[in-house]
Amino acid sequence: MGILLTQTILIKHNYISMTILAFDWGLVIEKLILIAVVVFGSLGIALYTTFGERKVAAILQDRPGPNRAGPFGLLQPLADGVKLIMKEEIIPNAANKWLFILGPGLAMTASLMTCAVIPWGSDIELFGRKIALQIADINIGILYVFAVVSMGVYGIMIGGWASNNKFSLMSSLRAASQAISYELAMGLALIALLMTTESLSLKTIVEQQVKGNWWNIVYQPLGFLLFFIAALAECNRTPFDLPEAENELNFGYHQEYSSMKLGFYLFAEYINMIMSSAIMASMYFGGYDLPFFDESTVAPNIAAMIGVGTLLIKIVLFIFLFMWIRWTIPRFRYDQLMNLGWKTMIPLALFNLLITGALILANL
Amino acid sequence: MSTVDILFYLLSAFAIVSATMVLISKNPIHSVLWLILVFFAISGHYILLNAQFLAIVNIIVYAGAIMVLFLFVIMLMNIKKDAEPQKQLLVKLTGVIAGGSLLTLLIAVVKQTAQIQNKQVLLKEGTIGLIHPLGKALFSDYVIPFEISSVLFLSAMVGAVIIGKK
Repeated sequence: MGILLTQTILIKHNYISMTILAFDWGLVIEKLILIAVVVFGSLGIALYTTFGERKVAAILQDRPGPNRAGPFGLLQPLADGVKLIMKEEIIPNAANKWLFILGPGLAMTASLMTCAVIPWGSDIELFGRKIALQIADINIGILYVFAVVSMGVYGIMIGGWASNNKFSLMSSLRAASQAISYELAMGLALIALLMTTESLSLKTIVEQQVKGNWWNIVYQPLGFLLFFIAALAECNRTPFDLPEAENELNFGYHQEYSSMKLGFYLFAEYINMIMSSAIMASMYFGGYDLPFFDESTVAPNIAAMIGVGTLLIKIVLFIFLFMWIRWTIPRFRYDQLMNLGWKTMIPLALFNLLITGALILANL
Repeated sequence: MSTVDILFYLLSAFAIVSATMVLISKNPIHSVLWLILVFFAISGHYILLNAQFLAIVNIIVYAGAIMVLFLFVIMLMNIKKDAEPQKQLLVKLTGVIAGGSLLTLLIAVVKQTAQIQNKQVLLKEGTIGLIHPLGKALFSDYVIPFEISSVLFLSAMVGAVIIGKK
């Protein structure tokens, strides 16, 4: 009996492994193209987000902003990029060399990894294949995002420590404690959302909103507010940019960095902004859903393109909101930051959880 | 060898090498970073077993939260390799013998257990590691142990707050 069982398991095992060995090469190529488009697309958007930031700052401060390189200063980000790459690369003598190099790389990797689970649009059909505009539809999508967010702090911590500079170390410790504090409120806000959607897959959540009548923001207004504030803190954006508070810490965790390593840190912040905007748009604002428009009236490919465009517009609006806040609200003090996180946001998130649970029980 | 086998051996080698590096790194920060890699390798094993929830929770809790705190403490205390007191040879020897005995015992127990003899792990199959079956099992069959462990967590939290207030 035992031998028989082992054999059947072995046969089953072989069968499974054979199906795994026979790759669907079309799928592999399609995913590789998708990954390349998404990664380079986000890098491109991030490039122009830096430009947007400077323009928004200029408008809010009533000055023209960058306007010399190209028409309306549109070539400014390229000039900045070239400048960063051409600058001399300095590794401090007392720094831990390998970790010093690893830091910016980790920051960049962690911020780009989020894009794997974002659904960029509905399925398209090309060459007789049905292609999902999402790199991986895993059934734990939101938890994956959460895991990547919690990884994001390593780039800052390692870079700050390896610089062997007191200010950098202070800054990386601040970043770590800030990230851990706001992750809790973020997680609690997410749990309330999950209670209403009953799914962890971002694709399912977006499809519910496309098919259903309302976006999730209607069911979770408080949850969204908490998530948005936590996202600001996780991206180290003003008013929560304590890790790079230049009047206290000189420049923060990337003080010793130069050239493209510094560029990676600055870039990672913008990519974080794009990814958190995409996540917020997908979870609370219908993702690629264009409101008051029936997608089934047009061809699927055109509907998908409209969807991608809609999501991009939502992302741009969120990024604008981030910048607007940055150039309007002054930075918090460190104790204010911790009080807000632990004594206001977490109780509010728990309250939101209770209300959501009560409403679900009452079948509303 | 199938793809799953190849992945299994790669992940195992990765885990063992990283775990060894945790032990032999002179710098405590390096040890922590290698330990994070060990957790990633173990999460990879969970994914091979189709236990996606377990894999991601392992990363969130261990690699994401606990190791950040480890790094935090080591950076704050600024432990240097020179400042660490060297342990005596006798203490080292005792540690090796004690650890080796435990390993031998564990291997013996695993080899003797009838329940897992002649059985192979089902790779990329089974649904127990997915979030729906796991949640159902936790909140129906194992609800009392689950609640008791949450009380344990609560008491640990209260304890931490009290220590923090002093």
